[in-house]
Amino acid sequence: MASAEAVGPGLVLPPKLVKVTGVIASLILTFIGLTAITFTIGRVMPADPVLAIVGDRASQEVYDQVFFQLGLDQPIYVQYFKYLGQLLQGDLGTSIMTAQPVAEDILRFFPATLELATVATLLGVFVGIPMGVLAAVNQGRWIDHVVRIIGLIGYSAPIFWLGMIAILIFYFKLDWVAGPGRLDVFYDSIVDPVSGILILDAALAGEWDIFHNAIAHLILPASILGTFALAYIARMTRSFMLDQLSQEYILTARVKGIPEWRVIWGHAFRNVLVQLITIIGLTYASLLEGSVLTETIFSWPGIGLYITNSLFNNDMNAVLGGTIVVGVCFVGINMLSDLLYKLVDPRVR
Amino acid sequence: MTTLTVRDWLLAEVPHSKTQARCQRIFISWLAFKRNPVAMIGLLIIISLIAVALLAPWITASDALELDLANRLQPPGSEHWLGTDELGRDILDRIIWGSRITLYIVGLVSIIVVPIGLVIGIVAGYIGGWVDTFLMRLTDIFLAFPRLILAMALVAALGPGLENAVLAIALTTWSPFARIARAEALTIRNSDFILAARMQGVSTAGILSRHVAPLCMSSVIVRLTLDMAGIILTAAGLGFLGLGAQPPTPEWGAMISLGRQYLIDQWWVPTMPGIAILVVSLGFNLLGDGLRDVFDPKSGG
Repeated sequence: MASAEAVGPGLVLPPKLVKVTGVIASLILTFIGLTAITFTIGRVMPADPVLAIVGDRASQEVYDQVFFQLGLDQPIYVQYFKYLGQLLQGDLGTSIMTAQPVAEDILRFFPATLELATVATLLGVFVGIPMGVLAAVNQGRWIDHVVRIIGLIGYSAPIFWLGMIAILIFYFKLDWVAGPGRLDVFYDSIVDPVSGILILDAALAGEWDIFHNAIAHLILPASILGTFALAYIARMTRSFMLDQLSQEYILTARVKGIPEWRVIWGHAFRNVLVQLITIIGLTYASLLEGSVLTETIFSWPGIGLYITNSLFNNDMNAVLGGTIVVGVCFVGINMLSDLLYKLVDPRVR
Repeated sequence: MTTLTVRDWLLAEVPHSKTQARCQRIFISWLAFKRNPVAMIGLLIIISLIAVALLAPWITASDALELDLANRLQPPGSEHWLGTDELGRDILDRIIWGSRITLYIVGLVSIIVVPIGLVIGIVAGYIGGWVDTFLMRLTDIFLAFPRLILAMALVAALGPGLENAVLAIALTTWSPFARIARAEALTIRNSDFILAARMQGVSTAGILSRHVAPLCMSSVIVRLTLDMAGIILTAAGLGFLGLGAQPPTPEWGAMISLGRQYLIDQWWVPTMPGIAILVVSLGFNLLGDGLRDVFDPKSGG
């Protein structure tokens, strides 16, 4: 469908390249928008941005220093471009709370979020997809209704509340899992943080006790965070599958006498998988964000907890730095899955 | 006029007036909607929510704020159906008064978000060209943002409070409405009746407000209903983090946050408001699903 686009006399770009440049252009535009908003929140909205950063107990000297550091004596667009320049160099300012560069803080906190969101997404994918397929194949029967109800509850329950109830039941009452945090105290700081992803580091170091402990801590928050992923993925899988199963090639396959499981998994599902790429990408991105509340409940030392704690300490640099990092990941993953979809799906190609 | 003739009037083959045609459309949609039991449950939940909020002064024994320290942390029972909280306040009463806050939040967000989304969407779709490109780029930027975190950052800058939370949610919620309105406006733009209106000399503003906007409303309302649950959950999340309504306001998220420390021994304190949130957002989701099936059967999932 998409023919090659001419960019000048005689110069014709292959359609794939046009798609890629288009996606990158909109990525850049979105990034500019994102930074414009964080800039507005940080510099324009507070009555006095300097006070918002240094607090009202700072001396005049510190005040003046920050005033010039922020470039508040310059016109607003110059301030914005300066801010943008700093961001592009990875400079997110200094955190008041930890007295360290925000970028360094975030690097330390981010792997925990990544670990949580990744495991949650995997749970959503490996449970949600079969559930959706099962529901579609048994459309209108009780399995379908059960899947729908689970999905609706996953959509409707406040995640922080669900997390609390889960801690009450599975930790305090049944004692099936470990409590809040990433590890039991006596396991802390034994494994070198190579990747920062604890289960990976523990496995690489061959510390299987720690590995098991980390899993015991991880499983509950990941399941809670994964509830939403599961609900969304199951719902979309069901809807895509129903779409495919009503197509004529499925009828042809059935008439040819191909076993039903092959019709479902080999024919219909293969086409659904392509559509699911975008959905999984969307889910992953939204879980990176959604982890804020889960991390608060489970004292999970990730970027969400970092942002929340910074918020209560009026640490605006840290809050906005965290917002930008999460925002960039969010936008980036969405664009990446969009791009992947465009490259993989022959109809889009 | 008896009921039967009203029904006849509503189902007449040929409508004789604009009003009749309009009533007929609503009635026929209602008939389709009524056949959907799941959607009816949703509608029932929402109607109950509104009724409870309206009747709060008459169905509660307290104003949800006065303390009764002699009766703190009472378990659910005949005296206090859902128990009492750490200050001896009846939890059911607080949930009932809190329903007003929930409605206030979704109402306020809706009246901010729908007009903004509608105007941006139909202007972009109807006028087209660079206006369209510009407005849709803007919409895409907002669409691409992580909602909760942006709302958190906004509230952090504006200061915690119910109104600021509403504002932050609204700012992060309007973009899908602009997309939907634009899509509708694009299909309406080239219809004959728009051309006719234009040749009669109706101004662009007149066409947009009287001919394009009303036709976009049904998709916008469906989307709004489906978004309500998200709005409620975000508001509750902000309330839970201490960024929304402040204590002693009986906002459900804030109630969970206060009750959190009693989770182990007095589980009902944080659990009950959570059930309220779950039921209401479930209600909106069911209702939205049903409305979508009626108005837009194609996209049903």
